[in-house]
Amino acid sequence: MPHSISPESQDSCEAAEAKIEMVDALARNGDGQQTADKDVAMAGTNGDEKKDIKLEDLFADVDSDEEFPSSRREEVKPSSPPVAPSSPVGNGDNGISSSDPELLRMFYQRLFPFRYLFQWLNHSPTPTNDFGHREFALTIHDATNNEIYLRYQSYPTGDLIRKDIISKLPLRFEIGPVYTTNPRDRKTLRNQNSFKPLAKELCFDIDLTDYDGIRTCCDKANICIKCWQFMTMAIKVIDTALRDDFGFKHIMWVYSGRRGVHAWVCDKKARVMDDQKRRAIAGYLEVIRGGAQSGKKVNLWRPLHPHLSRSLEILAPHFQEDVLETQDPWADSDRAEHLLSLLPDKTLNESLRKKWDSSPGRASTSKWADIDALAKSGASKGLDTRALLEAKQDIVLEYTYPRLDIEVSKKLNHLLKSPFVVHPGTGRVCVPIDTNKLDEFDPTTVPTVQELHGEIDNWTGEAGDAKTPADWEKTSLKPYIELFRSFVLALMRDERDPKVKREREESEGMEF
Amino acid sequence: MLRQDFNRSDPKRRILADHRKKQFAAPTYQETEYHHRLNFYAPPPTSDITLEQFEQWAIDRLRVLAELEACSFRNKSLAETASHMKPLINKYLLLQPNTSSSPKLFEERQKDHYSHFILRLAFASTEDLRRRFSRVETMLFRLRLDDEGPREKDAFIQSANLDCEQVTEDERNKYRDELAAISSSKKGIEEETTWIKVDWERVPDLVESRRVFMTAGKAYVPSKEQSSMVIAEFTKRLDRALDLTARALPRLDEDDRLTPILNHLSKNFITPDASYVSSSSSVAGADISARNIDALSTQFPLCMQNLHKTLRRDAHLKHFGRLQYTLFLKGIGLNLEECLVFWRSSFHKITDDTFNKEYRYNVRHTYGDVGGDSNRRGGGYSPFSCQKILTEHPPGPGEAHGCPYRHFNLENLTTLLQGVGITDRSVLNGVKEDKDSQKFHMACNRVFEHVHKNEIKKAKDESVMTSAQLETIVHPNEYFKRSYLLKNLGKANSGDIKMEDS
Repeated sequence: MPHSISPESQDSCEAAEAKIEMVDALARNGDGQQTADKDVAMAGTNGDEKKDIKLEDLFADVDSDEEFPSSRREEVKPSSPPVAPSSPVGNGDNGISSSDPELLRMFYQRLFPFRYLFQWLNHSPTPTNDFGHREFALTIHDATNNEIYLRYQSYPTGDLIRKDIISKLPLRFEIGPVYTTNPRDRKTLRNQNSFKPLAKELCFDIDLTDYDGIRTCCDKANICIKCWQFMTMAIKVIDTALRDDFGFKHIMWVYSGRRGVHAWVCDKKARVMDDQKRRAIAGYLEVIRGGAQSGKKVNLWRPLHPHLSRSLEILAPHFQEDVLETQDPWADSDRAEHLLSLLPDKTLNESLRKKWDSSPGRASTSKWADIDALAKSGASKGLDTRALLEAKQDIVLEYTYPRLDIEVSKKLNHLLKSPFVVHPGTGRVCVPIDTNKLDEFDPTTVPTVQELHGEIDNWTGEAGDAKTPADWEKTSLKPYIELFRSFVLALMRDERDPKVKREREESEGMEF
Repeated sequence: MLRQDFNRSDPKRRILADHRKKQFAAPTYQETEYHHRLNFYAPPPTSDITLEQFEQWAIDRLRVLAELEACSFRNKSLAETASHMKPLINKYLLLQPNTSSSPKLFEERQKDHYSHFILRLAFASTEDLRRRFSRVETMLFRLRLDDEGPREKDAFIQSANLDCEQVTEDERNKYRDELAAISSSKKGIEEETTWIKVDWERVPDLVESRRVFMTAGKAYVPSKEQSSMVIAEFTKRLDRALDLTARALPRLDEDDRLTPILNHLSKNFITPDASYVSSSSSVAGADISARNIDALSTQFPLCMQNLHKTLRRDAHLKHFGRLQYTLFLKGIGLNLEECLVFWRSSFHKITDDTFNKEYRYNVRHTYGDVGGDSNRRGGGYSPFSCQKILTEHPPGPGEAHGCPYRHFNLENLTTLLQGVGITDRSVLNGVKEDKDSQKFHMACNRVFEHVHKNEIKKAKDESVMTSAQLETIVHPNEYFKRSYLLKNLGKANSGDIKMEDS
């Protein structure tokens, strides 16, 4: 197979071509700054592609100094062999940084599922405004290696976004809302107020840093399989609530690449919600409230709301196993003191404290059992068993219930990193998580861009295979892209269904 | 007044009448009747009133609305607001129930109806005014609805024509436990409630506070919460009507009798935020610079002291903490360069690169140095008032912004207060009472008065500061300014004189 013999040579050809094109564009841009200026004023919505490229470069130019085109050219030239690391400061396999331009080019060109990304956001095979008026925000490096954040990018079709991404090689890009008009034309509108976000998936962001108060294995940006269990619990609780209570069907969970997960709720009904409704859902799901100083973080009405009693049922086994046994959250006396502060009965607390002080290093499981044991033995007269039970429920929730970064969900115009982007810090790809096999998901086994590069190279086709598989099918990214594809297909099927369509019209009728 | 609204809501009539004839015919209207004390204000008023009435009625209603808004800024609970407003409403906007045999019933309701529409005209002009008007009108509506007798309330809700589905017996049995969990009150008495089922989108506030049972996108609303649906409906209709009014406003064919009155009315509805003027909050003669913040911080209000302490402890603050603190510093007169120096030196654990990448832009944006046109023209954001700090963005895990009096529990609050040198038992007790009754700004003012008691006494004795200058503080920057002036009583005084001369 020609592919397996010299994939590099082919790669380098393509890469070189792309480079020439880019250099050309840049050079033209540098020479003809003034003509380009005019172009901006005249460029229509769907100006031809050459103009498009110029336009973007001009945007980048605004933020950097004027030497941008020339210095970029110098930087690009010497790195002709595509695998050669041009900036060998990295943590990846071959010592190549995950933000190495050549690696990114390989990734975007050969692996990134632009087709499905397009279908996912477009909700139909033929281009619509759902995609064309969608904002993308790109984070790119300029010549001096500063990060530049390009907002309000938009693309009419999936091919054009692919082309632009490959030419700009962003470290990452984010997805924003669909606007009333093309985001690139926002400055040309006579009435600036008519440029408004219309629709976006309902998003959730859960981050393990918010669990620093209760996890003992890692802190900050570090994670391991032990504290990943918090994410597993979070996904179970939120996913169940969104499906059962709110009736959403198309929910995709994505590993954020480092220490958290994102959820994308893609139902039509969810996409068109205004900020108030988003806030309502966020409030419905939020339980852990209060900052570092507010003491008790869970304060709930009794009897518990059905959503909360169900969540408790889901979380209770995790609490025993993943929190008490694995995390051992109250091992040292400082943390145990926090546990005591959450219990209502002072006399009981005294006897618990005495008991724990006498046997330092007592495991959390035993400490948790001690509460009931001492309560039963009558250590405190006048003990309110009901209050104790409620306090214990609150503690279980405080140590297991999902901690949402609520601002992401509340606003229609919040941007969130796209799935399948490479996390610049870890090199891991933001892959969707299969909720049917949630317990098997291990973030430390998610492929990094460096590994994927190796996998393509090492791939040998099976004999007798009729057609050559796509590049992504040769790598460990395959199951994730297939998962994404089936998710997108199910979404598109529902959007086509005439019954759903009529429902949509009705709901829109109510909006106005 | 607003005739096209009326036409629009009645398309049949438009078809029947020949518009050429109708144009010159004297309009005839159905006599307005008021069956209920409450009013959705759907049809606009049509009969004639005098100019004096026009102005007087509007002013009376405005008095009520302004006081209502003030109540919400002082964080009064619903019950407190109701008792506070009662005399005022009785004086200016009395509405008696159907059961009373007062002969003035019609006049009262007419005044209510007309004044609402006059203010609608006055406050439809800008987005901000519309939002505030709809907010306070909703508050007034809520007060009246709560005040209503059960039978009248039911009759009114019926007339409001909310389309919704009754929950059947089968469904009630199916979800018995879940429904019980929502309807049963603390006392454990199971009341017989009727349930209705609506799309959850129609009751977002009930969903947000988990007061309804949710399944498959439907919300099951118990009868005691149905009034909140009526209120939501009221707000929705009012907002839509205000939008229409705003669009019709330019076409208001006016003979310059009404416009001045309307303009005058809307100007009187000043924003409490406007009482804080950025130029007035900075203090003349003070050395406001990055290296001096540590020294000045002892005169900051507790929320800012807490942020400062957290910043010094962690060498970091999360987003809303940075925002709240940066704006405060901007308000006391720290300029952009100094502010950048301050943050850079405070975040001493990170590299220059990280700082430039992740934080510099935000600080500059706050000062209006970068960002969109409107941001730059407006000089960035204005510093947060207590109202904003108290009500928006409560702090989450690891966050230090917000108001300590509200967002700390009592123990941590006491520790914090003791940490800044408030050990007086009576003050701490007072703070506890204020916190319990949710009067957070009172707690803050109490602490202020305790810390500055000598200076305030002196200021009063020598009458260097008028009592207006010593009224309740409702803005962190005002706290600092007053604190600074009091501490430098002699010097500030001469500064003032100098300023008057120039």
